[in-house]
Amino acid sequence: MTALGLFNYWAVIVLMMVGFYTLIARGNLVKKLIGLNIFQTAVIMMYVSFGKVTGGTAPILVEGEAAEGVLYSNPIPHVLMLTAIVVGVATLALGLSLVVRIKEAYGTIEEDEMRDGGL
Amino acid sequence: MSSPGLVIAFTLLLPVFGALLVLVFGSKPNVREAATLLVGALTFWHVRELLHLVQEGARPRLDLFEVVPGVQLAFEVEPLGMVFALVASFLWPVTTLYAIGYMRGHHEENQTRFFFFFAIAIAGALGVAFSANLFTLFLFYEFLTFCTFPLVTHHQTEEAKRSGRIYLGILLGTSVGLQLLAIIWTWQLAGTVDFRVGGILAGTASAGVLGAILVLYVYGVGKAALMPFHRWLPAAMVAPTPVSALLHAVAVVKAGVFTVMKIAVYVFGIDLLGTLATTPWLAWAAATTIILGSLVAFTKDNLKARLAYSTISQLSYIVLGAMLATEMGIIGGGMHIAMHAFGKITLFFAAGAIMVAAHEKKISGMHGLGRTMPVTFGAFFVGSLSIIGLPPAGGSWSKWFLGMGTLEAGQIGLLAVLMVSSLLGLYYLLEVPVKAFFFKPPEGAHHHEGIKEAPLPSLIAICITAAATVGFFFWPDVWYDLMVMVVNQ
Amino acid sequence: MRENLPALLVVVPLLLAPVAALVGRKAAWAVAAAACWWSLYASIALLQRVRAEGTISYEMGGWAPPYGIEYRIDLANIFVAIIVALIGAVTIPYARKSIAKEISDDRGALFYAAFILCLTGLLGIAVTGDVFNVFVFLEISSLSAYSMIALGEDRRALTAAFHYLIMGSVGASFIVIGIGLMYVMTGTLNMADLAVRLPEVADNRTIPVAFTFLTVGITLKLALFPLHLWLPNAYTYAPSAVTAFIASTATKVAVYLLLRFFFTVFGETFSFEVMELDRVLMPLSIVAILAMSLVAIYQANVKRLLAFSSVAQIGYMVLGISFGSVLGVTAGIIHLFNHALMKGALFMAMGCVMYSVGSVRIEKMAGLGKVMPWTMAAFVGGGLSLIGVPATVGFVSKWYLVQAALERGLWPVAGVVLIGSLMAAIYIWKVVEVAYFQSPDPDYEIREAPLSMLIPTWILVAASFYFGIDASLTASVATQAAETLIGGLP
Repeated sequence: MTALGLFNYWAVIVLMMVGFYTLIARGNLVKKLIGLNIFQTAVIMMYVSFGKVTGGTAPILVEGEAAEGVLYSNPIPHVLMLTAIVVGVATLALGLSLVVRIKEAYGTIEEDEMRDGGL
Repeated sequence: MSSPGLVIAFTLLLPVFGALLVLVFGSKPNVREAATLLVGALTFWHVRELLHLVQEGARPRLDLFEVVPGVQLAFEVEPLGMVFALVASFLWPVTTLYAIGYMRGHHEENQTRFFFFFAIAIAGALGVAFSANLFTLFLFYEFLTFCTFPLVTHHQTEEAKRSGRIYLGILLGTSVGLQLLAIIWTWQLAGTVDFRVGGILAGTASAGVLGAILVLYVYGVGKAALMPFHRWLPAAMVAPTPVSALLHAVAVVKAGVFTVMKIAVYVFGIDLLGTLATTPWLAWAAATTIILGSLVAFTKDNLKARLAYSTISQLSYIVLGAMLATEMGIIGGGMHIAMHAFGKITLFFAAGAIMVAAHEKKISGMHGLGRTMPVTFGAFFVGSLSIIGLPPAGGSWSKWFLGMGTLEAGQIGLLAVLMVSSLLGLYYLLEVPVKAFFFKPPEGAHHHEGIKEAPLPSLIAICITAAATVGFFFWPDVWYDLMVMVVNQ
Repeated sequence: MRENLPALLVVVPLLLAPVAALVGRKAAWAVAAAACWWSLYASIALLQRVRAEGTISYEMGGWAPPYGIEYRIDLANIFVAIIVALIGAVTIPYARKSIAKEISDDRGALFYAAFILCLTGLLGIAVTGDVFNVFVFLEISSLSAYSMIALGEDRRALTAAFHYLIMGSVGASFIVIGIGLMYVMTGTLNMADLAVRLPEVADNRTIPVAFTFLTVGITLKLALFPLHLWLPNAYTYAPSAVTAFIASTATKVAVYLLLRFFFTVFGETFSFEVMELDRVLMPLSIVAILAMSLVAIYQANVKRLLAFSSVAQIGYMVLGISFGSVLGVTAGIIHLFNHALMKGALFMAMGCVMYSVGSVRIEKMAGLGKVMPWTMAAFVGGGLSLIGVPATVGFVSKWYLVQAALERGLWPVAGVVLIGSLMAAIYIWKVVEVAYFQSPDPDYEIREAPLSMLIPTWILVAASFYFGIDASLTASVATQAAETLIGGLP
């Protein structure tokens, strides 16, 4: 396993940092949510990478003689990520609806333009 | 009466019951005050019941329940607690009598609330007196702090609010910051917080640690008003005079010095106390407070403020007595709890009576008042004698034993401090009756005309305490016998 | 039913939530009340079973652990579940009038649905024995909490909820990362199984990384200084009933998670000897106690004042945990319960003020001691507990905490605990002075809050005195829970 062999993990780290940076540095609430989503996607990719077994096939039980020596990928991380995706969607939906309400109440979604909205 | 435990429960609950009666009859002042007086007398009667038991050598006990595993809410009556309980429960009805005259004569507002918290405070003081362990004591100690707060801030003015802050800040700060730390430390070392004859701390830790705990205790009991934690006492003087009299000459401050003595005798034990390096230091800290308190009292023209600083000074006599770690010191300190209480309450009663009758707070304005208010100033004179320690007043006995204690401890310097302080007291206390009786009223001061003695109930109360002060010179046996039991058990 | 009680504890409220969303506001309240009281009944029944029979292991859907999801109930987590259910059961009668006043009618039903979901999530976190399940329940409770907070009257409630959402989701993602790293090293998600397998691979660098991600994620959720930034605004602008509920439950459950991961999953040796957790947590909690109490003193909005005080109080709990001893963890668990009672009471009293006065700014509370005597007396009662006066629960917490500090020979830390309670005295007294020493504004009439709000408030105040005078029950349960946690799984 060389550094290059861990290519997908490097991608995960880069995505995670991109998301995290956007989340912190941007004042626009929608951009913050986008950052959050990129961050969460990176986590999902990380899990999917965990589940991948080199040379493995989809975890669908093979019947009969062909079953000899078949290598399966681990399905559990994928299943977990289905849940995480649902959670992520729910979070995004709630976040966006909050942004809509904030726009109605403040007339802006830029953090520095809200007079009393900062932390 | 049936079991002693039940008597203890009654004694503690009676003032609470009295407080409830006060609330119920709040709209009928006469019934309200009659109820307080009656309940007060009943409480005292119960305490006497317990006194007989204690004098026979019994130790009535009441265990309620465990608060946290190993720590009980429990009461036990022993001689030292008896001294404090007797003083507090006897002076409560007397002060009520006084307060009836004072509060009406002074047209105070919210009298129901006043009498309510007054009764509750007595329950707190009795709880302190009877507590069987440090936890119970601390519980009632803090209870006393909080239920006297509405009394101190009774007038609800800006000044009252400021004083209330100082009051609560110092008392809570010292008790939570230092005393509680010491209590939990004691629990950690000894595995118990019970008061036991001979102490519980001996041999549990090095002398250095125990010495540090002693310092935490003595300064942590802010109610003992050892300098620099004395500021709350003058601040509390914004309260109506009956409060200053009973609480800040008797119940609250005596709860403080009583706690110090109790810890000295039953947590450390006299033997251990004598071996700790910090004990003499604390004795000298008390001596410093004695002198400084007297000196500050000198400079005060406001009578109540002068009495407050005199109290600070006198309280340290008792702390000093405990820190001498000798039998005589303990006896003297314990007797001084009672003697000072009767003497000082007489002085405060007189100060309040002057305020009600002549609307005069300043000593410089009292020239010649003695002729119009002979009884009040006569009583003031008697009280002063007791505080100074001159015969024929009870205070001379406690001072005598304290002096013996200093000699027993081999501390000639401390004896000198006692002498100097008495001389100072001679001046700053006797100045008042002397000016009142022998000085001429200032020219053109027609405001003395039409002034009579204070209202009758107040006057009766003053006479009772003044008579008791003299009486204890001739019959100090109650207090002496109890204190001898403390050191000989 | 008795066999399936662990599952029903969570499933019943979960099923009731959509029902509440579909019916009218009043019916929704009844449904929510049913959910809360059911969970209180179920959790008490479970406590009795745990005390009689020991740890309960329930296999979700009949799938045996470690492959299936296991609900594992021991003394530590049933204690937490009871706190959640109890506060829920007390808040719900309180919420009826308070919510009717603060939230518009058309949103009422949805609010109660969110309330039930939040309860479900918190109970779920408490009873589950599966780490990924923890994440799912955490998100259920968090998402419903965000939406409840956003229902606050002030428009700042929206931004508060949004910030909470962002930070909460980051925290949750950190937790997921930690869980994933643990899974990849051990191949299991079951807590008990993890506890067995983790030590075998503890030398691998991945495990400390997983530990760190989990710690940061959870401390974000429980608002340990300096990760508390979301909390003050969220508590300040949420509807009063929501603040009372969340303040006494959500952070408590997160503290429980911390305990569970540190002691059961990773084990005391790894957490405290390899990772030297105490070196991080102790300074942070000390700063939390001192700095946040100080900030609380300067607040003009009483709900905000109490919110900062909550951050300080969380410092106490984490401080107890950071000692890593049975006594310290006992102190942490006791304070978990005690703080839920007193902060619940205080926030409820503020809800009453909000109901009658329409504001909880300190200057609006002038003279309230006269016009709202019961409410303000409740505030003083809760406040005394916060200060730690003897005969209140706050004292019991302090007793154990100081003892735990002295046991480790850390007397300056014991001093910090006591200084913290003096600072509490200052900020509580600030409010008391205004309420009792100033005269009420004669221009408009203020009346005492309705009984349906006062009674729940006083139940909590009374409880905070009762468990302060007789702490043997809470102390013994907490001690046993701490022993279970530290001694590993039986």
